[in-house]
Amino acid sequence: MSQPFRLAAGGLIDRGRPLSFRFEGRDYRGYAGDTLASALLANGVRLVGRSFKYHRPRGILGFGPEESNALMQLGTGARAAPNLRATEIRLHDGLEAKAVNCWPNVRFDVGGVNNLLSRFLAAGFYYKTFMWPHWHVYEGVIRRAAGLGKAPKAADPDRYENRFAHCDVLVVGSGPAGLAAARAAAGTGQRVILAEQDHVLGGRLRWDGGEIDGLAADRWADEAIAALGAMPNVRILPNTAVTGYFDHDALAMIEAVSGDDPAAPAQLPRYRQWQVRAGRVVLAAGAIERPLVFPGNDRPGVMLASAVRHYLARYGVRAGNRAVIFTNNDEAYRTAIAFHAAGGTVAAVVDTRADVDPAVAASVETLGIRLLRGASVVATRGAKALRDVAVRRADGGTLRLACDLLAMSGGSNPNVGLFSQSGGRLAFDEQLTAFRPAQSVQNERSVGAAAGLRTLDEALASGHAAGAGDGAAPRATDAHPAAEITACWRIDAPGKAFVDMQNDVSADDIGLAARESYRSVEHLKRYTTLGMASDQGKTSNVNALAIMAGLTGQGIAETGTTRFRFPFVPVALGAFAGRAHGELLRPLRRLALHDRHVALGAIMEDYGWLRPSAYPRAGETRFEAEQREARAVRDGVGIFDGSPLGKIEVRGPDAARLLDFIYASTMSTLKVGKVRYGLMLNELGVVIDDGVCARLGEDHFLVGASSAGADRIAAWLEEWLQCEFVDHDVLVAPVTTSWSVVTLTGPHARDLLAEAGASFPLGPEAFPHMSFQEGMVAGIEARVMRVSYTGETSYEINVPTGRTAELWDVLMRLGGRYGLTPIGIDAWNLLRLEKGYLHIGADTDGTTTPLNIGWDHVLRRKGDFVGKRSLMLALHRDPARLQFVGLRAEGTEPLPIGAHLVRGKGADRASDGFVTSSAYSPVFGRGVALALVHGGTGRIGETVALEHDGRRLTATIAQPTLYDPEGARLNG
Amino acid sequence: MLQISCPWCGPRDEIEFRCGGQSHVIRPGPPEEVDDATWGRYLSEKINPRGDHLERWLHAAGCRRWFNVARDTATHRIRAVYHMVEAAPAIGDEGSAR
Ligand SMILES: [Zn+2]
Repeated sequence: MSQPFRLAAGGLIDRGRPLSFRFEGRDYRGYAGDTLASALLANGVRLVGRSFKYHRPRGILGFGPEESNALMQLGTGARAAPNLRATEIRLHDGLEAKAVNCWPNVRFDVGGVNNLLSRFLAAGFYYKTFMWPHWHVYEGVIRRAAGLGKAPKAADPDRYENRFAHCDVLVVGSGPAGLAAARAAAGTGQRVILAEQDHVLGGRLRWDGGEIDGLAADRWADEAIAALGAMPNVRILPNTAVTGYFDHDALAMIEAVSGDDPAAPAQLPRYRQWQVRAGRVVLAAGAIERPLVFPGNDRPGVMLASAVRHYLARYGVRAGNRAVIFTNNDEAYRTAIAFHAAGGTVAAVVDTRADVDPAVAASVETLGIRLLRGASVVATRGAKALRDVAVRRADGGTLRLACDLLAMSGGSNPNVGLFSQSGGRLAFDEQLTAFRPAQSVQNERSVGAAAGLRTLDEALASGHAAGAGDGAAPRATDAHPAAEITACWRIDAPGKAFVDMQNDVSADDIGLAARESYRSVEHLKRYTTLGMASDQGKTSNVNALAIMAGLTGQGIAETGTTRFRFPFVPVALGAFAGRAHGELLRPLRRLALHDRHVALGAIMEDYGWLRPSAYPRAGETRFEAEQREARAVRDGVGIFDGSPLGKIEVRGPDAARLLDFIYASTMSTLKVGKVRYGLMLNELGVVIDDGVCARLGEDHFLVGASSAGADRIAAWLEEWLQCEFVDHDVLVAPVTTSWSVVTLTGPHARDLLAEAGASFPLGPEAFPHMSFQEGMVAGIEARVMRVSYTGETSYEINVPTGRTAELWDVLMRLGGRYGLTPIGIDAWNLLRLEKGYLHIGADTDGTTTPLNIGWDHVLRRKGDFVGKRSLMLALHRDPARLQFVGLRAEGTEPLPIGAHLVRGKGADRASDGFVTSSAYSPVFGRGVALALVHGGTGRIGETVALEHDGRRLTATIAQPTLYDPEGARLNG
Repeated sequence: MLQISCPWCGPRDEIEFRCGGQSHVIRPGPPEEVDDATWGRYLSEKINPRGDHLERWLHAAGCRRWFNVARDTATHRIRAVYHMVEAAPAIGDEGSAR
């Protein structure tokens, strides 16, 4: 298939490697080295998309990340990628692309009816029209009609990576200034990273002519790149866009590794996100040309003049046969010359300026090209491609010029996005008619076109200086002179003149915003959605605020710019996630006994650790397993893996002093060998954890934390110790994972432990409830605590983690005759609920104090402790405060957790408290629950109404401890 | 992403640290002698200056030591890093960068 707009020679493409691709269901050919945009232009495809709001036909505007029109949906199924810019998609064989935002296709688009209605759809239309009764009534329909590409529904099958790097100098951009900077810095041995968003390095040197140190610009680039590539201290990253500039010279970059090329090796990630800490940064990101704002400036065939030049030189593609050049500056004349040299016809150069430098004028007129001074394009025609333009001459007359290409240039904006993100201040440069970097905050320097410099020689010199190298800067031995420009922000003529092509914001919309007083640039942006599309206004922002400045009579500098934000180009979300998803989202913690639990058929769930929820037998439901396990503890003996319990050793002469302060209970009065339960509070008086504390020696304590609190409480102790009690002689050692905990609980626990063999007496007098023994169990070094979370006689046996399985196996082997039953978390929770024991985080929340849970006595404690002063506030002693109670349901069905007790009737109904834990109790044969109830302690025996999800329930308030309130079983 | 020089480990990325807020806060006590208003100020009233702020940081994913940092809240320039037991340094216009 022919490529009618491809030149016979020239460009960085391989004519020996033709590639096939499909666009909108039609087959085309291109060459290796093409982008999708250059290949479409080579094939004469003009119409490549529909605009966001009016569904107007649009063509390719630019040649890089500034592209606002040619947005593509690439690939199919799970690999479908929406909203990619055709100008950045590297062509590969078999590539399939569709235009976004059109249905059924780009040539016949139903949404185009919006264009016919466009005079009703001005800025703010949605805000004004869809207010009543509520925006949400309309949102669904509008969202379906709007939107760009379609995100895939299936999980992303591609790989992404995250990588950190450090360097002395990060150079952003590999044009003349960037290469000069990298060369200078690398020559002194500094570690250099050179990042270039294009897959070809060299930037403007590849397409804009010139001669450096006697070499053609692209030859000089080749040599500079080869020299850098040979240096071990230089890392060159093509396909890498620098997307963010954060504090302390930290930058983010996104590298397209395999890109979307299916031929790339499978092990390569699609994108790699880099986080770089740079000693200093050279910003050589170049400049982006501005469109001119005139009626019909969005018709397919209207392009940036620099893009036309770029496609000619880089890809050997002439974007049309007959061109009109429309400009307010000298630089676009180079497009006329290049287009003419490539065999195209230039119908005219239309220059808004009455005075054009004679040498510049002669550069086209000597080629026979007509130059219209002081003239403007005021209209364009052509249904799906440009057919002709109307030009208003300086004398007021109008003429029509037939053309299939309009190359426009309104000047250039230095790429100041990263500089601005770094915190630097911009200044408006009248000579340049653009914002340029003015004052740095971080250790960065802008060079070349990104600094507003206009010539190749200045770019090379500034780059070399920023690189801080030795020797002389490279010199431009032949280059274009500095392009002169006269500002032209808007052509005054009737018709829709677009400023932001991607979001369909016209010059009239800006006028409307000004009339309705949305005049600050931040308001303008939000009212019109200007600059909020995926191109972030790269070609539109400065035009828009200059037009606003004209309307308000303020200067452009005073009008200012909106904030430049991360990321500079859109980033695939997968690149942010990297490998951190699915199983690798965070480390899964496995118990020492993991394999034994699995072998017993346990349901393993993630509680921070993978833990057994229940051990259902064949044919048993999870609930049936929970009930059986709980009954086994009440009747015989159960075995529970409590290893995740937090264990913190606190040791030193001041250990007791520290713990007296940390706990709401006194710990200094604890006798050696005894164990005490305690609450820990924060300074607001809120309960943050609970657990038992054992005194192992005069100056040695073992602090128990909840499983969830293990790390947090160790850090909490350290914070008080290091920041407040710097004079205390105490060491805090978190030992949670050094010790596993196997708990025997139930009436036969003592018998089984005795049979396993303990080196200390086990009788209730020698080893009573709430005491501690250290010795040997089954021949293994052990710390054993008699504490209970079930209400039955219990032994928490701590052994070194490496010997957990050995202990477990002995107990399981000997336990048979006692009916030893493994207990999961479900049954564990039920047992403690029957007993009325707190579960921090379930029965308490971020407002619960000891005075809500029956610990009023802490107020009588002498001395200070964390949170004490807050508890003394009157509000915490209100008799109507929430108080911890038990609830008995009427029937067997458990009360829903979160159900509210209700007082009052109808619209006056109010919450009187809520259910915090709930289960079916096999002991009581009914639903039992724990709850926080207003004034609950004084309401024992009261029947109360509850509501949940529209259901009404009844229950009776009871003491929290429903089971064995005297503690006979516990102490037995 | 700040780069913070831990006094024990040297310069590290912000992700390794946890900020503990304003430093040099005096905890009022004993509780029986503190009125509600004073205690309320201790709990809730933190300074929020534009400019130098003395705050404490924990090298959570490193040596787990707390230390003080003087940071300019407007520019994020870190003007000083000093130990918990040290007094706040006098910061002139020539404070050390980073
Ligand atoms: Zn450290």
